[in-house]
Amino acid sequence: METVNITPAEKTAAVPAVRKKRKWTADHWLAAAFLAPSVILIFLFVYGFIAWTGYVSLSNWNSLVPDWSFAGLKNYLYLFHDFRFQADLRNTLVFTVLFIAAVIVLGQLLAILLDQKLRGESLFRNIFFFPMALSFVVTGVVWQWLFNPSTGVNLFLKPLGLDSKWYTDTTILGGFHWGKIEFGIPVAIIAVVVAAVWQMTGFAVAMYLAGLRAIPDEVREAARMDGATEFQLYWKIILPLLRPITVSVIIIMAHISLKIFDLIYAMTGPGANFVTDVPGVYMFETTFRGNYYANGAAIAIVMLLSVAIFIVPYLISSRKGGS
Amino acid sequence: MRKKASAWLALALGIGMALSGCSSSNSSSDNAKQGSQKAGEKLEIFSWWTGAGEEDGLKALIKLFQEKYPDIEVENAAVAGGAGTNAKAVLASRMQGNDPPSTFQVHGGAELNEGWVAAGKMEPLNDLYEKEGWMDKFPKALIDMVSKDGNIYSVPVNIHRGNVLWYNKKIFADNGLQPPKTFDEFFQVADKLKAKGITPLALGDKEPWAATHLFENVLLGTLGTENYKKLWTGELSFNDPQVKQAVETFKKMLNYINEDHSSRNWQDAAQLVAEGKAAMYVMGDWVKGYFVNDLKLKVNEDFGYVPVPNTEGKFMVITDTFGLPKGVKNPDDVKKFLAVLGSVEGQDAFNPLKGSIPARIDADPSKYDEYGKQTMQDFKTAELAPSLAHGSAAPEGFVTKVNQAVNIFVTQKDVKTFIDTLASAATELKK
Repeated sequence: METVNITPAEKTAAVPAVRKKRKWTADHWLAAAFLAPSVILIFLFVYGFIAWTGYVSLSNWNSLVPDWSFAGLKNYLYLFHDFRFQADLRNTLVFTVLFIAAVIVLGQLLAILLDQKLRGESLFRNIFFFPMALSFVVTGVVWQWLFNPSTGVNLFLKPLGLDSKWYTDTTILGGFHWGKIEFGIPVAIIAVVVAAVWQMTGFAVAMYLAGLRAIPDEVREAARMDGATEFQLYWKIILPLLRPITVSVIIIMAHISLKIFDLIYAMTGPGANFVTDVPGVYMFETTFRGNYYANGAAIAIVMLLSVAIFIVPYLISSRKGGS
Repeated sequence: MRKKASAWLALALGIGMALSGCSSSNSSSDNAKQGSQKAGEKLEIFSWWTGAGEEDGLKALIKLFQEKYPDIEVENAAVAGGAGTNAKAVLASRMQGNDPPSTFQVHGGAELNEGWVAAGKMEPLNDLYEKEGWMDKFPKALIDMVSKDGNIYSVPVNIHRGNVLWYNKKIFADNGLQPPKTFDEFFQVADKLKAKGITPLALGDKEPWAATHLFENVLLGTLGTENYKKLWTGELSFNDPQVKQAVETFKKMLNYINEDHSSRNWQDAAQLVAEGKAAMYVMGDWVKGYFVNDLKLKVNEDFGYVPVPNTEGKFMVITDTFGLPKGVKNPDDVKKFLAVLGSVEGQDAFNPLKGSIPARIDADPSKYDEYGKQTMQDFKTAELAPSLAHGSAAPEGFVTKVNQAVNIFVTQKDVKTFIDTLASAATELKK
């Protein structure tokens, strides 16, 4: 699976090219010499292999024996007609929307609460941030036990008359037929969203907290002088000022959630009727268990493109803003 | 100016360090090369045997080998996890990178023949079989499973039986029930249990192959060995009415399973039977090892076993075998290991610990427990059928597709879609 790596090296590398004809001084040569190794390595090992994956995805290599003959878009067509891949697209979309929305809302709420100059703020900050230090695999295993219908939180909920099936639930909320699948919100994915939100909210809190601290006190004072209530102050002034942070949070969370693999793999697997399956898991299974290398490469490319939809506009706008 | 000079100095130093780094890494890779040439003698045994019992068995086998050949260095290169799926992924990348392990675990049947043999990555072992006089020591049907176009490509070390129905003795005794021999009896028993609030059948299909395992047993019980085998060669279509009948039976069985099946793996499902929460469980006989070694249960006291309904006299074979990949530097050492692996002594060192039975027909039954003795007896007389869920019946790609179809079917229970999917996947099965 490819990652889109934006290293500082690339950004700076782009700068000399933009500059107008000017004689290259020793400084420039020096800079180029320092940058060359990382630029070459990134081109080879990131972009080179993305191109290679793209090439494989257009080939007929769907067994242990490599077959490089050109297949056109056959593998992609197969995928988009495939029940499992359609379910994956639905799950990824639902997961991404719920996950990002929850992280933004909770992140802002907790950051604002933490910003009230309370005692022990750093303690809470650490508590919220600590789940970030865990691997998704650990999170997945723990939440798998917590949400296990027969042993987990249900032991507390059952006496109250609540008996959720959590990630084993195969219900699709608001379902309607779409292609081969039922489109809607798979109930099972909510359990996974909870685990992911638990892990990633601390990160959003930290970012929003930094954003809040960057807002000068004068702004608040001025608003209060003008007679704004605390609620108006946050709703009309502080939150709009945090919008750039929200954009960053969305970009970072989107690329995590669109490529998510380890959490799902450890926690639920594909799930009954593929209610918790995602392209990452499908890609792994079809490539390394089924030996459908070309199909797997096609899934990887679709994932790359879906991340690119978020990343590329961001890169373009940030370059414009930068120069 | 000074700043610039120091920067150039830094670059020069950097290049110098990089160069010296290269040269030192060169020399170390030279060392590694020499090491690996020396380790050309190192025997790397690749498997996914890392669990209790199986790891002990492998170690016992390696120990036996080292007693015979103390000069050959052995490396146990086992990759943990996922019933071998992680190991298979590692193996695939190594084989394609022309860096094969000296010998590796592979299920006899399609996984070997349609996989590595078809890819031209295996050496034939006919001479080894002749030299060791093995042709009449393994059942012919088993040798066929590790052969393609007249050449033999691997040595079976063990046999697991897939078509076993495990049941909780106490539940059956308390309710005055007999273990079912036919599907009709199965449903009668299941109805009685369900009426008493006991889950009749345990299933743990968090990893979907477990549901495929149940399905293939129903197929075998409904179609019989001959027709069952014909499915995988394309001689019998999935549109055959018998297949539909099997799917209907499978569908009916799914009404009797535990509700949380998709959160359990095969061990978790076995626990249901061990704890008396479910009465029956269809799974391969690695369950016996789990019951006895991990849960400390007693054979024929806490749990009993019968063949899956309608499959008496049939034997769903899962066999682990080891072969010789092409391009290995020390083929003679590998053959020495395979000779030990295929010997009575080797098989009797490995199998009692692993909880499987030997692939040879002349092994010593006294080394095996009650279950093992009976299974060895059955193995000699029963009709052998290759397991689909474990890669013996059909190529991995087809198995993956069946697993997906079964996973959907378990929830949707749509017979027509299921059979259509199987039939269209089966177009890959060309013979």
